[in-house]
Amino acid sequence: MASLLHQIQHQSVTIAAPLALDSGQSLPATTIAYQSYGALNADKSNAVLICHALTGDQYVASDHPATGKPGWWARMVGPGKPIDTDRFHVICANVLGSCMGSSGPATPDVATGAPLGMAFPVITITDMVRAQALLLDHLGIARLHAVVGGSMGGMQALAWAATYPQRLGSALVIASAARHSAQNIAFHEVGRQAIMADPDWQDGQYYGSTRAPTKGLAVARMAAHITYLSEEGLTEKFGRRLQARDIKSFGFDADFQVESYLRHQGLAFTDRFDANAYLYITRAMDYFDLADPHDGRLAGAFARAKDVRFTLVSFDTDWLYPTSESRRIVQALQSVGAAASFVELSAPFGHDSFLLDVPALDRLVAGALGSGF
Amino acid sequence: MALRPDLAIIADAVPPGARVLDVGCGDGELIAALRAKGVDARGLEIDPANVTAAIARGQSVVQGDANRDLADYPDDAFDYAILSQTLQTTERPDRVVDELLRIAPRAFVSFPNFAHWRVRLALLWNGRMPVTRLLPVAWYETPNIHHVTVSDFRDLVRAKGIRVERVWHLSGDRPTSDAAASWRAEHAIFLVSH
Repeated sequence: MASLLHQIQHQSVTIAAPLALDSGQSLPATTIAYQSYGALNADKSNAVLICHALTGDQYVASDHPATGKPGWWARMVGPGKPIDTDRFHVICANVLGSCMGSSGPATPDVATGAPLGMAFPVITITDMVRAQALLLDHLGIARLHAVVGGSMGGMQALAWAATYPQRLGSALVIASAARHSAQNIAFHEVGRQAIMADPDWQDGQYYGSTRAPTKGLAVARMAAHITYLSEEGLTEKFGRRLQARDIKSFGFDADFQVESYLRHQGLAFTDRFDANAYLYITRAMDYFDLADPHDGRLAGAFARAKDVRFTLVSFDTDWLYPTSESRRIVQALQSVGAAASFVELSAPFGHDSFLLDVPALDRLVAGALGSGF
Repeated sequence: MALRPDLAIIADAVPPGARVLDVGCGDGELIAALRAKGVDARGLEIDPANVTAAIARGQSVVQGDANRDLADYPDDAFDYAILSQTLQTTERPDRVVDELLRIAPRAFVSFPNFAHWRVRLALLWNGRMPVTRLLPVAWYETPNIHHVTVSDFRDLVRAKGIRVERVWHLSGDRPTSDAAASWRAEHAIFLVSH
């Protein structure tokens, strides 16, 4: 239940100064919830910012307070891990618009004290990055050794390089893109419509009510979850196998294992995520196009980022953010003379490969972070 | 591990501070030697396992194909382009040489000399495509689709008006004289410029 979700206490800071947003609106004050791991060194030069994906959170390497599950990138971040917390001070902040303690649609209105709901301004990926920069200012960290992110986290890493090129040494962008394609937007719109068509959504003002749009949010998650997996992976995992039965029911129960799996994924998601936050963050991703302010020339976004070292990684089975999108970024980087690395890794898990066991990715991440340090 | 002799010659000839693109850089062996002497060296490599190994060493290497992806680099983006042991594997070596000298004013090009006496002898006496130390793969599976000799390469650069600044000839991993290099060089390294 969303109401329980919002009762969790998170480590956070509130910056009282107004934050100007891409929409032209501004937030009077911004709360940023974050986690950090490993010690900051004396000259504050070993900070690594990890940016999380759409439904991720700041609990990158610690147990999730709602589900109790290990951090979403615990395999990558920790002592002796590729992002080594014995060497690096790792920071991960809940993105603006999300539901794990940072300012978002569940934030109370300063005047009325009631949750803002849809009165929360629409935010962008660059707005998320601006909020992260406020957090770093608060922490006294002028420059990051690296910004690392997969999927929407990669978009933030790119936006970091475009917005604050002097504040980062390198950007590691995994399974990501510099824009949302028509297909990306289309899938997100299905999810948003599922939420908004749920009568329990109540125009976004469900926080004080006993009803929340969990059915709509679950369907949104089910549709999105398909896009995170490869066809090959789904076939291998489920095929046409039936769920706990020997014959088809000739009804609309979850006959197939894949149906049962998706229903479970959808339902479990509603325990840890807020429907309005899902609307806002998917919108931010859909609006993302780094080339847009530069007359469609992506190179324009990186004109000031020549001294940032970039590493891009794609996966051969990722059809959500395919290799062609990473190549497009590499071409733009090469045209401005930035040092760029790129490789397409082979992994069977589709888009989700960046979160899973791909040993080559571990080596790449360690290498990309280690050099020049 | 000692650097391959042709790579050692190139590493020695590039001055510190230069900006270099190593085309077909493998797992970054030459890039590592260049970086150690203060050269800003980057790479392009087709094999993802090699690219992964190079990035894991902290290098800037892009997975790509020398036949197509050199086009993504701007004119004179580098001081030197390097193409070692790769020319003979490209679809159109002439166009690759043009691209090298578009993205850099100078290029190192090294290749196994198909006119080396062992190759000539093997073809003459056996009547079969030679399999030698530097060309170890049988004709049907060799990546070397455009065999080239020292004289062929000189003809190509002459026809293109490209200047040959320096040539190194190797035999048995050791420098060999330029005299009768067409016969005696197993391997040639050219430094060419606009």
